[in-house]
Amino acid sequence: MPSNEASKQSMSHLVLEGLGKSYGAAVAVEGLDLSVARGEFISLLGPSGCGKTTTLQMIAGFVPVDRGRILLDGGDLGGIAPNKRGLGIVFQSYALFPHMTVAQNIAFGLEMRGVEKAEREKRTLEAMALVGLKGFEERYPRRMSGGQQQRVALARALVIRPSLLLLDEPLSNLDAKLREEMQGELRQIQRSIGTTTILVTHDQHEAMALSDRIVVMNRGRVEQIGAPDAVYGAPDTAFVANFLGKTNVLTATGDGSGRVAIETLSVPLAGATSGALRIAVRPERLGFAADGAPGFSARIASRVFQGAHWLLTAESAAGPVTLIRHNDGTPVPEEGESVKLSFGPGDAALLAEGIGA
Amino acid sequence: MSPDASARTTPYWLTGPALAVFLALVIIPLGMTVLLAFYDWGQYKGIVAEFTLKNFREIFSDSYFLEVFLRTLRISVLVTLFAILIGVPEAYILNRMSPAWRGLCLLAILGPLLVSVVARTLGWALLLGSNGLVNRGLMALGLIGQPLEFMFTETGVVIALVHVLIPLMILAVWASLQRLDPQIENAALSLGASRLTIWRRVILPQIVPGILSGGVIVFALAASAFASPAIIGGRRLKVAATLAYDEFLNTLNWPLGAAVAVLLLAALVILTVGTNRLVERRYSQVFE
Repeated sequence: MPSNEASKQSMSHLVLEGLGKSYGAAVAVEGLDLSVARGEFISLLGPSGCGKTTTLQMIAGFVPVDRGRILLDGGDLGGIAPNKRGLGIVFQSYALFPHMTVAQNIAFGLEMRGVEKAEREKRTLEAMALVGLKGFEERYPRRMSGGQQQRVALARALVIRPSLLLLDEPLSNLDAKLREEMQGELRQIQRSIGTTTILVTHDQHEAMALSDRIVVMNRGRVEQIGAPDAVYGAPDTAFVANFLGKTNVLTATGDGSGRVAIETLSVPLAGATSGALRIAVRPERLGFAADGAPGFSARIASRVFQGAHWLLTAESAAGPVTLIRHNDGTPVPEEGESVKLSFGPGDAALLAEGIGA
Repeated sequence: MSPDASARTTPYWLTGPALAVFLALVIIPLGMTVLLAFYDWGQYKGIVAEFTLKNFREIFSDSYFLEVFLRTLRISVLVTLFAILIGVPEAYILNRMSPAWRGLCLLAILGPLLVSVVARTLGWALLLGSNGLVNRGLMALGLIGQPLEFMFTETGVVIALVHVLIPLMILAVWASLQRLDPQIENAALSLGASRLTIWRRVILPQIVPGILSGGVIVFALAASAFASPAIIGGRRLKVAATLAYDEFLNTLNWPLGAAVAVLLLAALVILTVGTNRLVERRYSQVFE
């Protein structure tokens, strides 16, 4: 349906079409297709060198596009200089101007746009209030904590009312506790102003906590695009399954009628063909089978007490497994003990052979 | 000795040798020069060790000395100015080069530092002479009708000194450029700034401390330079350093030569300390 396709295109705020970039013989990004709706929060997630930062820099215009094109509101960004694109960018190092006060930093973009002084001051104060930095106008960036500098960088990017907000690993320089706080705040700010946002991160927790959709990338290619819970629950490839949280990759046998089996355990799994298949089961979805109930045998190799839960590893014919048991008071098997494991329908995901392990 | 006492004295023992060398080779000769500046001197009586301000009175009352000091100041200011005008853009370009090219260019810039100042200045003397390469080239191009006077002029001294001292300016500015956030230009670009605005509003203010410290080094070395003014300036075009040399070795009026040297030193110390104060006051808020 071409008309439907066209309307979908016009709905999209940002469209990446077959985007590609090479450095000499090395391919940094290849065949990246993505359409982002207005107001959406998208994360580009992947290990370092997967092409996520290159993608962001192509959108920003710092790196020329080799193949494909980038459309913003239907217009091609190719050939538009980075200082004419009007995008808000928060850099990993924040890249604040150290010789300017916080207020001067934030007002810089407005000044470049020729916004008059009174309006500039008003909008600067608004942006500072938005990120919770009221009263810091005259401070210099070096005299502020990492979290505060981060807020300045965010306010500086937002005050120009960008059509697109690009975040390049903005939280990676903060300590764990502050990062969690800032994640919540970032999400809340983005919701309140509704700016379409692209976040680049290697932190799966950050991507899952913040995004509407996650684009998992590996070696310059997209492995999977989807909502965080969908990607986590039903990873397409072993790479995605392993990159988003811990997972067990098990060898199961398909019976050709939509079921897979490991020893006496048999569960329905959509799309299962016949023969040996690789399936992913999350550690928290694996459980112990009741006596006589179907399951597959395993031997506990180690158990580690972690307060709220137990972390167990076991060896089975289907592959090594990791289990997480909530510490609900029931006894946990000893190391070396033989057990029967099982999982229910909907707990397993069928893996395609992706690139990577 | 108790371990406590030895822990206290060890640092002194360890720094002792260096301190002794510093004391013997810098502080004592300097002190003696300062002392010498206040001694009396006569054509027939030689140096007389009695306190007098005669030498300073002579320097401040004789227009010849004033002229030499003014010339020294003029040359140093011009050399510093040209070193900044040429050195700052050069350092910036150097900083943006790919590592391979940067290595090559650094070698070209720093290479001359390995050659004696005398040899380099003699090279300039060959180039700048009325029959030298520069004049011949300009005449061949029809830009000038007759040779320009470079030798024994302030212009020639300034050219030679800029060449001798510019590596120091480039290094000082390059060091401050390397401290810039590599994304800072992209940040300014994304906010809508043009290349020129980025330079003026973002890059330049951040490398001012580097330019100032490079400027102080170049100014101090230009003001106290000896070989280049002696060779290019010749015997007629005196600067403070060649003047002091003359008093010491030709007139043999050591106290007067010492007074010239002390005044030059005092001026340079005041300048250096003043600039440092300025940098500290202005930038302590901004840079750690």
